[in-house]
Amino acid sequence: MHRFTRIALLIAALAGGWLTGPATARAAPEDLAAGLALMAKDSFNDTAAGIDAIARSGAPHAAALIEALQDRRLLIGGSNQKIYYRDAAGSVRDAATNEVVAAPPADLSAARMNNRVRTAASAAMGALSLMNPDPARRIQAAQAVMKSRDETALPVLDAAIAAEKDATVRTELQLAWAAVTFVKKDATEAQRLEAIALLRNSGTRDALSILRTLPADTAGPAREAATSAISSIEQRLQLWGYVQNIWYGVSLGSVLLIAAIGLAITFGVMGVINMAHGEMVMLGAYSTFIVQEFFRGYAPGLFDYSLAIAIPLAFLVAGGVGVAIERGVIRHLYGRPLETLLATWGISLILQQAVRTTFGPTNREVGTPQFMSGAMEIGGLVITWNRLYIVIFAALIFVGLLLALRYTPLGLHMRAVTQNRRMASSMGIRTGRVDALTFGLGSGIAGLAGVALSQIDNVSPNLGQSYIIDSFLVVVFGGVGNLWGTLVGALSIGMANKLLEPYAGAVLGKIILLVAIIFFIQKRPRGLFALKGRAVEA
Amino acid sequence: MITRALLADDRTGKWFLAIVLGLAIVVPILHLAVPETSPFHISTATLALLGKYLCFALLALSLDLVWGYCGILSLGHGAFFALGGYAMGMYLMRQIGTRGVYAHPVLPDFMVFLNWKELPWYWYGFENAWFAFLMVMAVPGLLAFVFGWFAFRSRVTGVYLSIITQALTYALMLAFFRNDMGFGGNNGLTDFKDILGFPVQANTTRAALFAASAVALALGYLAARAIVSSRLGKVLVSIRDAESRTRFLGYRVEHYKTFVFTVSAIMAGVAGALYVPQVGIINPSEFLPANSIEVVIWVAVGGRGTLAGAALGAVLVNYAKTTFTTGLLAPYWLFALGALFVVTTIWLPKGILGKFNDLWERWRSSRAEKTETKPAPVPQLAE
Repeated sequence: MHRFTRIALLIAALAGGWLTGPATARAAPEDLAAGLALMAKDSFNDTAAGIDAIARSGAPHAAALIEALQDRRLLIGGSNQKIYYRDAAGSVRDAATNEVVAAPPADLSAARMNNRVRTAASAAMGALSLMNPDPARRIQAAQAVMKSRDETALPVLDAAIAAEKDATVRTELQLAWAAVTFVKKDATEAQRLEAIALLRNSGTRDALSILRTLPADTAGPAREAATSAISSIEQRLQLWGYVQNIWYGVSLGSVLLIAAIGLAITFGVMGVINMAHGEMVMLGAYSTFIVQEFFRGYAPGLFDYSLAIAIPLAFLVAGGVGVAIERGVIRHLYGRPLETLLATWGISLILQQAVRTTFGPTNREVGTPQFMSGAMEIGGLVITWNRLYIVIFAALIFVGLLLALRYTPLGLHMRAVTQNRRMASSMGIRTGRVDALTFGLGSGIAGLAGVALSQIDNVSPNLGQSYIIDSFLVVVFGGVGNLWGTLVGALSIGMANKLLEPYAGAVLGKIILLVAIIFFIQKRPRGLFALKGRAVEA
Repeated sequence: MITRALLADDRTGKWFLAIVLGLAIVVPILHLAVPETSPFHISTATLALLGKYLCFALLALSLDLVWGYCGILSLGHGAFFALGGYAMGMYLMRQIGTRGVYAHPVLPDFMVFLNWKELPWYWYGFENAWFAFLMVMAVPGLLAFVFGWFAFRSRVTGVYLSIITQALTYALMLAFFRNDMGFGGNNGLTDFKDILGFPVQANTTRAALFAASAVALALGYLAARAIVSSRLGKVLVSIRDAESRTRFLGYRVEHYKTFVFTVSAIMAGVAGALYVPQVGIINPSEFLPANSIEVVIWVAVGGRGTLAGAALGAVLVNYAKTTFTTGLLAPYWLFALGALFVVTTIWLPKGILGKFNDLWERWRSSRAEKTETKPAPVPQLAE
């Protein structure tokens, strides 16, 4: 009876304006006093009960009190064991009046805690935050209640739902209500059915695990509804699981595409596997690191724009090193692709060690700009922003290259040299220059890949090594002389990898994939999109 | 007599065999018979190191056979080496018997640790030395035969072949890293006790293993020399220089390639098998693609297509590696190795031995001109 009036008061308080209005300041002072009295006994059971009372009291500083308890800032002591708390600023306040105590008693000690008290405190905090003015906090609180499924939160929850105007928050609150109601002992069948319907509609994994805890004594329509809801959610989750895997596949495929596409160009035009390609990627990643360090040091406010500098810089650094390698080493090895492979491997060792000596062997911290962190949810699909941006970035690079090859003079020359080097040379194309520029372009794109990979991988001297074998396989699988081959190769390898993972595990899946590619090469020794004609049989 | 016939035209080979067999005799004597105080004494560590070099030399020799004479640049020869090593390691594990930490009579320690109840079928037979030694050759040989048969029949050549051999060793590395493969996972096989009844750690056993490595290297050299100086070897060289032309002349190119690839893999397997008891461990990092590429540089430095040069290159590069990585220069080893790749491919395409032979020929012809007794023109190999 007593309790009912309090709840009514509380609801009135809620409706009156989020417990902040002056009319509600003394909503139920006797509850606060009772709660504090219970807490003053400093026994675990009483403290837990005291927390509930304080939460119900609707005192404006109730949240502050419980928070203080959680942080062990709730103090007991003085004459007749009064309760105080130390606020965030460090001054001691009287728990009953919330006024700063100028001269606190000397013998204050923190209230004792155990797990039971902690659970009660966090549930109470959840309930209190349900009425927080900030919608994000309310959602958090609703989710906390959903996790704890604490029946005592139910009245507050009801009130909160009634008062809620924001649709998203309302859904969350209702879901929390459903979670609590579903497991509540004395819920009516109608309530339970409604709860099941709400949980079913939400379709999340959390809802599924709640539905699986169906109390044994439920019978009839509620049980049936719960069973059908479970299978419906399971189906839905499975479906979303497939979609999620496909997304992972696309994401991995785009990473492979970025890493391999530069390799495909140099391989296509020059017939050379550039073993130092991975190190170009690494240089790109380190360029990003340097740019970010610069921004951190001189313009921290503009940090989000650092990528705008890092992208062209990485392209230039890696591209410049690429041209230097071509002019300095590869030029001397024309017509000896296997020797070129060895020489570039040597260069890759030198570059790795140079970076290790300069920047140290450990991972360097590359930050993620604000707009690229976090994730979005579409139904049951979670897409992190940085992965999405990388997919877009890969697509842009791909389209850009496609257009460059199709519509620029260099692209024309490159295609000519790819198809028939000697004929192109006879037509007046300076193949040496085309080679140098191609190598620069391929390396520059590897640098861009480094910018992208720095966002999702560790920036260390070994960064390139971890991608190089995969990149080779993409190029060999896709076939040379055709960017579409690389695209298809990257996406199918990425997809196959991620689709195999759930069944075979990451390592075994990878092994299966490698063996499959080895067999595929037997079938099509020149890859998926082979150049046709006499020129390639050289 | 066959040996004499083989070496009739092979001045370098005579020297090479003399040195290797000389080492097989002298080094064990210096290790066992010379007192430790003597400056000529060879310590256990040095002996193990030299033994390791000889195994690497055999591995380099096997790669030179396929790359130098048939133009197959295998970036996965480390896989055959490691497979031979694992076959040997399995034998050595079975020899531990009840002396392991868990003292299980049949299962090696790591299987007891993983809670396995019985020996996997592929471990059967490895308690017999003859079976294990057969497997040392059969496993790499069979893998090379099957892999080569498919690849060469489909005419996978050049860089494509190199990449898929690399994929092969990479896949094997991932597989051997898995615990449930039954090869000790990450830790590999180690803690060996006996080989053929002799304790692995004993000085006499070590000396014998060293001598065995030297003899294996000499035999490997003779086998490779026999192949490349036969008619078959001439076909191999012609495949290297003009594969299509050889095919049009009616040779089944894929048969020749598969044959030489398999022989080479067997040699690599033997090298691995001798390597394992001398270093005392075999683990999946032997499958690292980078290791296989390093073997290629040994061959390139010593002289591709010279056999003895490959062995020489393996010893030189590994000696440099030991010197570099144990001293103050350790951070610069990768610079040196990288530079070695670049310098060799650009300025020393024939390697040290090839360069030396060129100089020798020039010196001889200039001397011949002085004495004005011109020798019959030597037919030059068409490159």
